[in-house]
Amino acid sequence: MAADLLRSLLRRPAGMISACLLLLLYGAALFAPFLSPTIPSAQDLSRTYHPPTALVWQNGHLSVRLYRLVDPSTATYEPLPDQTATLRWFSHGPAYKFFWLIPSTRHLFTVSSPATIYLLGSDATGRDVFTRLLYGAGISLSIGLIGVALTSFLGLTIGGLAGYLGGWPDTLAMRLTEFLMAVPGLYLLLALRAALSSRFPSDATFLLIVVILSALGWAGTARVVRGLVLSLRERPFILAANVIGQRPWTILFRHLLPNTFSYLIVAATLSVPGYILGEAALSFLGLGIQEPSSSWGLMLGQAQDIKIFMLNFWWLLTPGLAIILTVIAFNLLGDALRDAVDPRFRLPGK
Amino acid sequence: MPPLLQVSNLSVHFPVKSGFLQRQTGVVKALDGVSLEIEKGSTLGLVGESGSGKTTLGRAIVRLIDPTAGSVSYQGHVISTLRGSDLRPYRKKIQMVFQDPYNSLNPRLRIGTILAEPLEIHFPKMSPSDRATRVAELLELVGLDPAHARRFPHEFSGGQRQRIGIARALAVEPEFIICDEPVSALDVSVQAQIVNLLMDLQEKLNLTYLFIAHDLAVVEHVSDQIAVLEHGKLVEEGPSELITTHPTHPYTQRLLASIPSLQ
Repeated sequence: MAADLLRSLLRRPAGMISACLLLLLYGAALFAPFLSPTIPSAQDLSRTYHPPTALVWQNGHLSVRLYRLVDPSTATYEPLPDQTATLRWFSHGPAYKFFWLIPSTRHLFTVSSPATIYLLGSDATGRDVFTRLLYGAGISLSIGLIGVALTSFLGLTIGGLAGYLGGWPDTLAMRLTEFLMAVPGLYLLLALRAALSSRFPSDATFLLIVVILSALGWAGTARVVRGLVLSLRERPFILAANVIGQRPWTILFRHLLPNTFSYLIVAATLSVPGYILGEAALSFLGLGIQEPSSSWGLMLGQAQDIKIFMLNFWWLLTPGLAIILTVIAFNLLGDALRDAVDPRFRLPGK
Repeated sequence: MPPLLQVSNLSVHFPVKSGFLQRQTGVVKALDGVSLEIEKGSTLGLVGESGSGKTTLGRAIVRLIDPTAGSVSYQGHVISTLRGSDLRPYRKKIQMVFQDPYNSLNPRLRIGTILAEPLEIHFPKMSPSDRATRVAELLELVGLDPAHARRFPHEFSGGQRQRIGIARALAVEPEFIICDEPVSALDVSVQAQIVNLLMDLQEKLNLTYLFIAHDLAVVEHVSDQIAVLEHGKLVEEGPSELITTHPTHPYTQRLLASIPSLQ
């Protein structure tokens, strides 16, 4: 069943493209410590707002140019003529822990000091934007997945039960969703963040954000699932299941809920961007991921700095580009998945 | 010996609620004191215009709707008050064929799974391979290719789907089948095929039918007895030739007159 679904998904161009793109993004997030030349907290106050270092081919090796700081107030750097440092592949660099477990010092590429490599430039404290982008991907991308998994689970269970049982469970669930939907989202987000922050240690902010976003997100899913179950409940195939003596729980799990899946899968993939953007919004406002951790939203927030804006505004906008790519990929995946899960849209042949 | 199915004084009332507080302001009498008897091996045709309570009667018999008053007895046992597992043995004996073949099959399940479901419930000891054999048998019984078990409902035409619906009803080897307008959603050439299939099956399997339709011509063709419903009340009942040739009630006369004819 799952293999079938995957094959049917990958046979669609949109599915193939988005799956490859997401694989690339999640792969990059997973192997961030290895792929990045340094660690996200490594500062270099003598190289703030450094422009992207140029890569050149010299003596049969890929090398980076060395730069000289011309004017600290305008962050003007000048490449030193004929001075380069060779890129070292699979070399040792700052220590990190792979998957939070395996200690390692190996990086895909590094340069020996005094040279530094800033593929996407450096920020206000001379940290490598490329490294921070990769590390931030882990947080931003997993918030989407975990958040959506939580929301879909909550929405499906609460909505499904409300629609199927009716009566007071239905009334209770629906008034609750109405309450959640009536309060403007951003204010509720901020209020929950304020109310809950004392209960979570500061390094569990990540978890806190996921909980907040899911607590707000399930209402919409639950309402639609409830509506779907209400309309499906009166369909003759459900009546037929009753007439053959099927148990109510089996009817709910075999006949009702699977028929809401095509909606749910699309809604889930389409709302992944919502979570990524939600995290971005919170971090942008300074209420999300805190320094020295990095996330795309946090980096986007830092791009607001007037100095960056005046000097090289696009350096720190790369997280924005990453968010856009992810959002597009998830939207495409949602479309392709909807077609793949619905037996009516099966591609001809096997 | 009691008749196979006896409906006595059956009423189904739906409350009408209105206003902000959902106070009950009235009642719709979908069925109002209907009494019927069906003998084993016979067909009772139930006619009446839309809204006359035909479908409600069918659904009340299979307990998709709980009756407000009155009772339904099967072989002398009252089944209209049974619940849960007490009702299950009768689920095996009484089955239903639905009007809308496009909505009566779960679009996400293969035909094989749809037909195996009643077998799982009522023949729990059956092995999966026996079940597959039985599914193939059922498909053949209703005139379909056993290889169709692997397909999905949307791959079939309306008439074929109705055959699958009939196969599902037959899976549990029922004695009594309620056909709720089984042909009114199909086009005329297919209608005849389905009606003939139902009649063949009746002969082969000694089935008893409650045949609900608004089309008197079809009902006349299949029924031994005809009952006429109007606004939830039974207005006339009798042998089918008598009803169609000498209707006594003005409502039946109007229904008969409304059959289009070429002359």
